[in-house]
Amino acid sequence: MLDGLRTYRMISVMWIRSTMAYRASFAMTTLGNFTATAFDFVAILLMFSRVDALGGYTLPEIAFLYGLSSVAFGLADLCLGSMERLGRRVRDGTLDTLLVRPAPVLAQMAADQFGLRRLGRVTQGTMVLVYALATVDIDWTALKLLLMPVMILSGAGIFAAVFVAGAAFQFVAQDASEVQNAFTYGGTTLLQYPPTVFATELVRGVTFVLPLSFVNWLPATYVLGRPIPLGLPQWVAFLSPLVAAGCCALAGLAWRAGLRSYRSTGS
Amino acid sequence: MDSGRLYLAVGVGGFRRYATYRAATAAGIFTNTVFGLILVYTYTALWDQRPQLGGYDLAQAVTYVWVGQSLFKTLANGGGGVEGELMERIRTGDIAVDLYRPADLQLWWLAADLGRSVFELLARGVPPFVLGALMFDLALPTDATTWLAFLVAVVLAMLVSFGIRYLMALSAFWLLDGTGVAQMVMFVGWFCSGMILPLNVFPGLLGEVVRALPWSALLQAPADVLLGQADALGTYAFQLLWAVLLLAAGRLVQGMATRRVVVQGG
Repeated sequence: MLDGLRTYRMISVMWIRSTMAYRASFAMTTLGNFTATAFDFVAILLMFSRVDALGGYTLPEIAFLYGLSSVAFGLADLCLGSMERLGRRVRDGTLDTLLVRPAPVLAQMAADQFGLRRLGRVTQGTMVLVYALATVDIDWTALKLLLMPVMILSGAGIFAAVFVAGAAFQFVAQDASEVQNAFTYGGTTLLQYPPTVFATELVRGVTFVLPLSFVNWLPATYVLGRPIPLGLPQWVAFLSPLVAAGCCALAGLAWRAGLRSYRSTGS
Repeated sequence: MDSGRLYLAVGVGGFRRYATYRAATAAGIFTNTVFGLILVYTYTALWDQRPQLGGYDLAQAVTYVWVGQSLFKTLANGGGGVEGELMERIRTGDIAVDLYRPADLQLWWLAADLGRSVFELLARGVPPFVLGALMFDLALPTDATTWLAFLVAVVLAMLVSFGIRYLMALSAFWLLDGTGVAQMVMFVGWFCSGMILPLNVFPGLLGEVVRALPWSALLQAPADVLLGQADALGTYAFQLLWAVLLLAAGRLVQGMATRRVVVQGG
């Protein structure tokens, strides 16, 4: 574990220095990352230029959901976003290089091409979250305040598990790396809107099958004082850290199974 | 070799190249369908609040979602066309080989990209649309003429899309690492083509501006022809105007680039 973190730190620092060789491009890609996600939010603002509420939620409330989902996803993407390259490495055989190095493959893979530009997304999400906190009407209690950082870290943990599990799936599927996008980018987009917008089966699916709703829907509806989706009891709002730990453990097992089943290309 | 046949061969090559990755195609269909679902639910909430928003009824808005997901890869307004490879060739200096060929650079890449677009339309466009039609009530035309008119608009959209991406790729002659520009163009294109929200929902002056930009020729134009919201001939004229302007600009920049810029590597 410590070995892995050390590897991760060294490789990512190396990539940061390499990125800084093309400073103009770094500035543009970071701005690009920022803008990309900003456009998502602009679209929501445009919707609210025509309506007062979406699925019964007001703009500050949706901004709250949006900010939480974006920051949690952005943190996971910053740390593990490179995992989606695994399929390509399996295809062209360069994964073998990682296997012969005396360092954990997961850490090497996660730090590969470490993109500091991904801070653009985290920054944008944070700005929306700050806007939401300034405008939304919440009866703050100590418990709700405590839930805020817990929610963001657990959310990042859940998305991190999705990234690792998606990469593990690519050992089998290879070219099918895009499936992962449906759960990562698709997941964060889904969570930016209130659960009341979606069909009950869909909400059930992302609660009991792929527990994305623990990223923000369940804890955030509690903080906002809104009904918890699916009529679940209030205490589920506090389960996010447990769910995140469970997801990460399962993703770790999937990763091991995937790595063990790996057969190099060629012979 | 007769030049028409040359470009046809390049186009067929582009088609076959993208057809090689079957698992990737299946994965893409899945992803587009998931995004389509998310959008359908948000649009439903939006149109529930404001029926007839942007002149669409709910069924038309839902149809628009599936047209968008189906044309997403074809028009490459999220990137992923041949421009990535072209930029890489400029960065590495391989472009010198392309310039030596007894073929026109722009037409060569246009042919390759059209081949790719046709493949994406058939393989990545049709399945999400059919899935969408099975799951939701769509406002689809019943007469063959409207479908044909829609297809013509899609082909014109392919030309406009290439025009934009070719210009963007040529910027690599000056910038070398074009990743930043590519990303910016991709996101602006995504937003301004109406992938997130139909352009006729954009309010006031902003709406008028985005509807006049070339990106509105990509998704909004064919969708409106299919939904019977726009006159086909007027739409074609708008698309053609942008296609000609962009391709001409591409030619001009290409001339400047090949004359002035020293290819990397000497």
